[in-house]
Amino acid sequence: MSATLSGLQDCDRRAPAGDPLRISRRIRRAGISRSVAVGTVLAVCVLMLFCVSISVGDFPVPLRDVVPAIFGHGDNRIPYVVQTLRLPRALTAVLVGGALGFSGAIFQSLARNPLASPDIIGISAGASASAVFVIVILSGSYAMVAGGALVGGFVTAIVIYVVAYRRGLSSYRLVLVGIGVSAMLTAVTNYLMTRAEIYDAARATVWLTGSLNGRGWEHVRPVGIAMVVLFPVVMLLSRGLRILQLGDDAATGLGVNVERTRGALIAVAVVLAAVSTASAGPIAFVAFVASPIARRLVRTPLTLIPSALLGALVLLVSDLIARRVFSPTELPVGVVTGVIGAPYLLWLLARSNKTGRGG
Amino acid sequence: MTNSPQNGHTLEAQHVRLAYDHMVVADDLSLVVPAGKITCIVGANACGKSTLLRALARLLRPQCGEVLLDGRAIHRLPTKEVATRLGILPQSPIAPDGITVADLVGRGRYPHQRWLQQWSLGDEDAVTSAMVLTGTLDLASRSVDELSGGQRQRVWIAMTLAQGTPLMLLDEPTTFLDLAHQVEVLDLLVDLNQREGRTIVLVLHDLNQAARYSHHVIALKQGCVVAAGNAAAVITEEMVADVFDLRCRVMDDPVSGTPMVLPIGRHMDVGAEAASGRSASKSLV
Repeated sequence: MSATLSGLQDCDRRAPAGDPLRISRRIRRAGISRSVAVGTVLAVCVLMLFCVSISVGDFPVPLRDVVPAIFGHGDNRIPYVVQTLRLPRALTAVLVGGALGFSGAIFQSLARNPLASPDIIGISAGASASAVFVIVILSGSYAMVAGGALVGGFVTAIVIYVVAYRRGLSSYRLVLVGIGVSAMLTAVTNYLMTRAEIYDAARATVWLTGSLNGRGWEHVRPVGIAMVVLFPVVMLLSRGLRILQLGDDAATGLGVNVERTRGALIAVAVVLAAVSTASAGPIAFVAFVASPIARRLVRTPLTLIPSALLGALVLLVSDLIARRVFSPTELPVGVVTGVIGAPYLLWLLARSNKTGRGG
Repeated sequence: MTNSPQNGHTLEAQHVRLAYDHMVVADDLSLVVPAGKITCIVGANACGKSTLLRALARLLRPQCGEVLLDGRAIHRLPTKEVATRLGILPQSPIAPDGITVADLVGRGRYPHQRWLQQWSLGDEDAVTSAMVLTGTLDLASRSVDELSGGQRQRVWIAMTLAQGTPLMLLDEPTTFLDLAHQVEVLDLLVDLNQREGRTIVLVLHDLNQAARYSHHVIALKQGCVVAAGNAAAVITEEMVADVFDLRCRVMDDPVSGTPMVLPIGRHMDVGAEAASGRSASKSLV
């Protein structure tokens, strides 16, 4: 043991071939290049699907005309169709998918449990109940619906945190309390629906399934602003999140202010989940599946940007399926994500039952 | 090691009351951790050893009294600054699913990194030598999930080493290790202490190991310091009877000359009589 210590000190910095320093550097760089490669491939896929999403529809726009049309060039009605109809919808899909990907990744790694995503533990349900209240009781404008979703998401998160908190945050309690709160809020939403006028009820029902139908620039704005403002915050907090994954004691020992960092992360994740709910309704399972898939691709325990890209990808693909499979009838995108996500949830539950971990 | 820790950092508890909610574990507890020495905390299960260690590492805030690091209240120092002076290996840290050994050990460098300057040559050096010293470099690209308990424990020790702090607190670092690896870890701690003057505080269950490997032993009973001092003064038949409620004989360890505890138990009465000097051959008949 002592020989290795002095040997290591001797070879410090000179780094001959095959020495420990070089080995550990090679391993670390391999990990970084893998996550850069996965991120790049995902970004290219998102970009391609974004263009495809703009090009397909009842009024097909040739793929090569998509980018010029975004900037207002092109023949006849193409720039109009693209700029006012297709672009906001595709942007909403990318931004909402990305926000859900971030939110899910943050919640799941904070709780160290894949079941702890905002659509399962009731954050989305809280945002929905509050938004439906605004639609049904107040007949509010879109801005009020968005504000309502934000408030609902926050109140729900605080309730869940306070009820689940006991000398630290237990993942098991968080998931159980979250599922309970989620069920209660769904009941509230259902009750509100029985009280609704028929027009409001129809509006609320489509919204509740999660839909990208008829998204305009007013839907892009809140989630766009949230992503622009919160992206640097997420990056800033990600270092603390990596350390929080080691448990509260180890994180405190390494100099992370556990409560403050966790509080900031939860706040960011709640805003992202609530704002996406405001833009597109409570789209099920995107936040839930994005980060686990991204983690398997990158093979590290925390991959925020790949998770966001995967969220965007899942939502774009689901939206394309929802629009084209029963064309000309368009399904709400939430139906498709539900069909994709539910089997994964079942598999996860079956597996965690077997290994005795998780929910 | 690049930033070789210096000796002379002090750590002490002054009249602390340690409690979880309303369950008081220790009251009016004071102790000083000798700088540049290896200190072992021993005591029966649930006597407050881990709680004391957690308080010394600012993981648990005392209800009364203070823990002082270099003479200043540890809870009032910036936590990240404390983390460059004092590292702790808690009892049950969590390895996130799918994390590699190199990634986990690298996270020990967190307190030395800033937002803009994230990974320096110093970090690389500290992580590499921590893995070499703990024999985990061969495992560097493996996932922590697939390691044995002993390997995993060495990886966690490597993470604490990579933190590069002059004070290291370790809660039962030898759990899950076979005897050879236990000795290896303890030898490693002695190396760190002798070569770099690191102050080390351990919670250990094995009294014989505590006697061999520490300069200073603190015996705890129900949250009170029963005895503190060098091993020969603290590890006595009376202390073991008092703290562990266990009859034993203490002899000189033939290898190290330090006290060696031989527990008697209920079924060794004959041997005990023999030991107490009546007839050495009787037990063999």
